Amino acid sequence: MEKIERLYYAYFPEKLLGEVLTKRWSDNFIPILAAILVIGFFFLRDPGFFSVGSVVETSRQLSEFAIVVVAMGIVLLAGGLDLSIGSVFALANIVALICMNLLEWSVGAAFLATLGIGAVCGAVNGFLIGYLRIRAFLTTLVTLIIIRSIVDIILLKYAVPISSAFPDAEFWYFIGEGLLFGLPFSFLVAAVIIAFWHIVLTRMKFGWHITAVGGARRSAYNAGLNVKRIVFLTYVCSSVMTATAGFFFAARLGSAGSDTGVGLEITALTAAVLGGNSLGGGRGSVAKSVFGALVVLILTDSLVRIGVSGGVSSTILGLLLLAVVAIDVRWLKNRHKILNKVYVSPTYFKLPDMPETAKGTDSPYAINDRLREVSLIGKGQIEGPEDVIFDRHDNLYCPNRHGDIVRFKAPDYSEWEIFSHIGGHPLGMAFDKHDNLNVCVGGMGLYRVSPDGTPEKLTDETNRTLFSVIDDSRLKLADDLDIAPDGRVFFSEATIRYDMQDWPQDALESRGNGRLICYDPNTGSTHTVLRNLQFPNGVCMTGDGESFLFAETWGCRINRYWFDGKKKGQCETVIPDLPGYPDNINKASDGTFWLALVGMRSPALDVALSMPGMRKRMAKRVARDEWLFPNINTGCVLRFDIDGNVIESMWDLGGVNHPMVTSMREHKGYLYLGGLYNDRIGRLKLANADPDWTSQDDYWGKSS
Amino acid sequence: MTTPNQSASNRRGFGLGNIAVTQELVVAVAAAIMFLVFSATLDNFLSSANLITLVRNVSVLGMMSLGMALVVIGRGVDLSLVAIMAVSMTLAIVLANGGWSFGLALAAGLAFSIAIGAVTGFLVAYVEIPSIFATLAIAAIVYGLGRGGIADLDVNNLPPGVDWFIFLGRGSLLGIPVSIWLFAATALLLHLFLRKTGFGRFVYAIGDNIETARITGISVRPVLMLKYMLAAFTAFMAGAVTAASVASMNMRIVNSTMIYDVLLVVVLGGIGLTGGRGGIRNVLVGTVLIGLLLNAMTILDISYTVQNLIKSAVLLAALVVEALLNPRDEQTSQQGDI
Repeated sequence: MEKIERLYYAYFPEKLLGEVLTKRWSDNFIPILAAILVIGFFFLRDPGFFSVGSVVETSRQLSEFAIVVVAMGIVLLAGGLDLSIGSVFALANIVALICMNLLEWSVGAAFLATLGIGAVCGAVNGFLIGYLRIRAFLTTLVTLIIIRSIVDIILLKYAVPISSAFPDAEFWYFIGEGLLFGLPFSFLVAAVIIAFWHIVLTRMKFGWHITAVGGARRSAYNAGLNVKRIVFLTYVCSSVMTATAGFFFAARLGSAGSDTGVGLEITALTAAVLGGNSLGGGRGSVAKSVFGALVVLILTDSLVRIGVSGGVSSTILGLLLLAVVAIDVRWLKNRHKILNKVYVSPTYFKLPDMPETAKGTDSPYAINDRLREVSLIGKGQIEGPEDVIFDRHDNLYCPNRHGDIVRFKAPDYSEWEIFSHIGGHPLGMAFDKHDNLNVCVGGMGLYRVSPDGTPEKLTDETNRTLFSVIDDSRLKLADDLDIAPDGRVFFSEATIRYDMQDWPQDALESRGNGRLICYDPNTGSTHTVLRNLQFPNGVCMTGDGESFLFAETWGCRINRYWFDGKKKGQCETVIPDLPGYPDNINKASDGTFWLALVGMRSPALDVALSMPGMRKRMAKRVARDEWLFPNINTGCVLRFDIDGNVIESMWDLGGVNHPMVTSMREHKGYLYLGGLYNDRIGRLKLANADPDWTSQDDYWGKSS
Repeated sequence: MTTPNQSASNRRGFGLGNIAVTQELVVAVAAAIMFLVFSATLDNFLSSANLITLVRNVSVLGMMSLGMALVVIGRGVDLSLVAIMAVSMTLAIVLANGGWSFGLALAAGLAFSIAIGAVTGFLVAYVEIPSIFATLAIAAIVYGLGRGGIADLDVNNLPPGVDWFIFLGRGSLLGIPVSIWLFAATALLLHLFLRKTGFGRFVYAIGDNIETARITGISVRPVLMLKYMLAAFTAFMAGAVTAASVASMNMRIVNSTMIYDVLLVVVLGGIGLTGGRGGIRNVLVGTVLIGLLLNAMTILDISYTVQNLIKSAVLLAALVVEALLNPRDEQTSQQGDI
């Protein structure tokens, strides 16, 4: 049974469900399903619908309709609504016809005039909604009637002369009927417009501003965006695009009927929402609009072809609108709830048996009280010193949770100053050959601080994994690093699925979500060297110039990875069965290594790790602060050699002086201790250590 | 708790001597002035035939405005009223022509309209679709049902021999048309409902702040449903008066701009679209003003299109004034409020 479970969790990509749901394109599943059903249904009923001639004609309609829907989508994205487009469409149609048929202008002039009229209509809407802040729905409903009335008045006067005149312009007919590269002209223009808006919305400042205003208007305002102008402009853009569509319609049909564009706003709205644009703004794209346009157009055309009466098709469209809005509303409301339930995806993991740690045994892990003796540095003055390190002048550096690197001044470390402000949460640190401080910053990436305190970004991205659903190119939680003799920086990223504060979720999953990454300063390139590690944490060079050790926190193991030499690319486990969760690794003066255990394993969680179903239920049904957590209250410092023999351990059982250890650094006969949630740095005199040893000298030689 | 009308005047009014100038008062004065001006300048305006037409139109418009007002006070809008009015009455007529007794047919029409109101209420309250979309879609669906399922023709005539029903539209009692009595009775009932019953108070509370209402312990959803059902009931009543006065029901009215007239009455009368404010008195003055305006435009022989233009321009102006009087603040306005 356990074997089946193990195989299931090893191969079934259960975590993908949650990852897919975090994607905005997952909003499109229902529309795509609807599209397949609709197209399939009508294809079976009426294969003639998809004949070449029919498709060309449909593509002309589609290009007009898609432009209108994209326009609607833009307004929706900014949190508005434009119902006047049906009338603007009709007005553009009649203006284009008057310009061409009666005034006999050139096509270009007529086009500009049409767009100009559209812009005026949009500006009126935009002024009322953007600057006066009247409700979009009512305003555009009223302008819909006003513009429609104007169209009707114009029609009364000019409908007859328009229908009896024929403009003498080749290009005009080409727009309506011509093919370019075998495709209708209007289709190509629509494609260009759509591509343009896709780029604007996804790649350009204006598009991002639109999304920002729609997504969180107040925040956009407080961030300094000119919200009113942006809203105003969306209506102008929408009406201008609708006018373009109306111009094509005029060129295609040349008719000034009174029903032009009637009900277009409802159809377009249905299409836009069906495609996945949200009412209320902030979620939407050009692709979604085009997609919705396609489905609705096929649906309405097919209804006409199979001879459904106007009344019934009005009902069908109304039902469709209701259905898509209902889905949109419920989806938006419940998406994050579903996501909360399914994103955490625990997997099967069996830890080796825990070694003996009882007091008085001859186990190297036997509990003692040797850390009770530490003296404290900066108690109450520092928050969250995850790591500690020394420069060549014995100054002590540590990060804090405010995003600073703090420097305690030698020799007594009672004075301190902020050495540099980076932001994020700086974690592991290492000095390079030129005395620059390299820092892993949680939430930001890999940074380098020069000796005068100037921070500089080295990298915040790596190569994206092929076919991974979540974008793993950004660094979410760079954790610890070390620097190879040739200058390459090897650092760990603990998890790609969670942000730093969500580490308990990653612990609950106990899957290999982390990775090791190499940054090469010689080429400025970054690439991932090893994936699927269980919360990789401390990294430490072995000193042979071709391998390093790294800790996998939830795996409770220490591994060795060769990045050069004969065994290049190989990874071997050095210690497979630690009694706790390993954090940073650093060198000791006698060639062995120090290792911090941030907390100890507990039998309950160890058993739970081999019961993923139970952990999954826990994640779904129990509040987060009631979950089984890894213990991070009691830890210890270990010393081990390169072959994995643990030599000694140091504990603070009472938890009085130094309750949590995430890192330690040996410097001139003392061991300095850091802890992620501590407010102090511990300092312990080592009995048998070399009193002159510093890691700077050991890595890069004595200073000249 | 202060009465909503007081709080509305407090918020919106500014003192002028001892009389608070409210939108309601302004509209009432404007209506009076319009009445005087039309009486002096328009021939036939004061003729009894015209006044009866005026009053009848006003009662239909007013009845639906009562329903709309109820919905708007509870923060919402109902664009399906005209569709419900036309189609539910058509249903009753078709059933009666098909052999049902007229009373039973009317009951069926009433049940149909209230069922539609319940569906709308369910969509708004439980599915949480914005009312404006729900009612727009319901209007399209109901109209489609009417055209495609209930009747083959747009215009359906009343069956013969229902004089008592015709009396509702054409008769008069104590010199006042019955339709006005009906309107007055509906207005009074709704007024009592809003002011004297718990549900009525809840409608105001929900319109003022739906979240607070929910936290206070009001069962928001049933109240919302009830609101739409009552609005549908007023629509049916309006339909009955219309059918009684012209002895038929024309479904094409759904495609007209009548629903905007209704909205115009409510907005001009001074019931803020933000909800929680205003009362039946606002509807009365709004109805009188719009009724006068429509009547004058008809007498002046202004074409239907131009009438639409004028009405919607007035509505737009009213919306602008409302926006200027109650400006929305970037910090406090609600996200996605369209």
